[in-house]
Amino acid sequence: MTASAAPAVPLPADWRDFFALTKPRVMSLVIFTGLCGLLAAPVAIDPILGFTAILCIAVGAGGSAALNQWWEADLDAQMKRTAQRPLPAGRMDRTVARDFGIGLSVGSVLVMGLAVSWLAAAILALSIIYYSVVYTIWLKPRTPQNIVIGGGAGAFPPMIGWIAATGDVTLMPVLLFAIIFFWTPPHFWALALFVETDYAKAGIPMMPVVAGHQSTRRQILVYAVLLLPLTMAPFWLGVAGWLYGISALVLSGLFLLLALRVAVFRGGAADDDMRPEKRLFGFSVIYLFALFAMLVADRFLIG
Amino acid sequence: MELPPTPEEERARIIRGRNRALALVLAAFAVLFFFITIAKMKAGAP
Repeated sequence: MTASAAPAVPLPADWRDFFALTKPRVMSLVIFTGLCGLLAAPVAIDPILGFTAILCIAVGAGGSAALNQWWEADLDAQMKRTAQRPLPAGRMDRTVARDFGIGLSVGSVLVMGLAVSWLAAAILALSIIYYSVVYTIWLKPRTPQNIVIGGGAGAFPPMIGWIAATGDVTLMPVLLFAIIFFWTPPHFWALALFVETDYAKAGIPMMPVVAGHQSTRRQILVYAVLLLPLTMAPFWLGVAGWLYGISALVLSGLFLLLALRVAVFRGGAADDDMRPEKRLFGFSVIYLFALFAMLVADRFLIG
Repeated sequence: MELPPTPEEERARIIRGRNRALALVLAAFAVLFFFITIAKMKAGAP
């Protein structure tokens, strides 16, 4: 027997593994957009209930992320980017991850319903089912349009935040939903262009793998073009003020320029290392944070 | 020189960490529910 022999009974998962299972980085974007939806709403909510609503959105996102990793453990093991997650790395039992995901999901919906609003709870439940079942189980392994339709899951948080505050579905939360929905494909396809080999190895039909680079780049541009009028809509409809309007124009203009670089003005040795795609992906994250931050700033500074 | 922990010690350390994290979450929940109740009572909700 060697000194480095593995123990007969595997070690239990650490609390950090449970935390990692909730995809904290994705959760931070979910918390931010949910909070922006809540703060941008024209109705003030009790701070405790507002905090509870954001907590429920975050925990619901964490639960669906755990369910996503439970289902995709075998796929994650094949990709360099995800191989060190708790399940593919063998640090956690699959059933534990599944039960943890179900527990967080059910708990977040119940608390949202009991403490804040049953309408917000129903949409939270819909978003969890949308991400865990419609996207993860059904669409992702079947169609290159997985990101387009699956983007709906990430688009729910600002809508839920707004509804938690107002208790009502109006045009603005639907617009917030649409902005993230149309932002998701160029964001993920830019990533998929430079990690394509990983997706191909795992057999996930991402757009660059199935339709090729040229088609993916054209579609990135189409979504970037659509995003410009869509982000301007709250200003044109008078729901948001000039601060948001100017910010949306500048940010969406920059987004469009970077998408143009990826789709049209590509060439030369400098672009072979996927720099335009990496730049678009990096900017897309800043873009969404800045756009929603400006929406809230506009609400409080311009009113 | 300090010896590396045995599997039993490592298991005990992980379980201790998990128990502390769970206790913290439960305590936070109790506090949150207390404040939710106050907020609902202030709003006059049933």
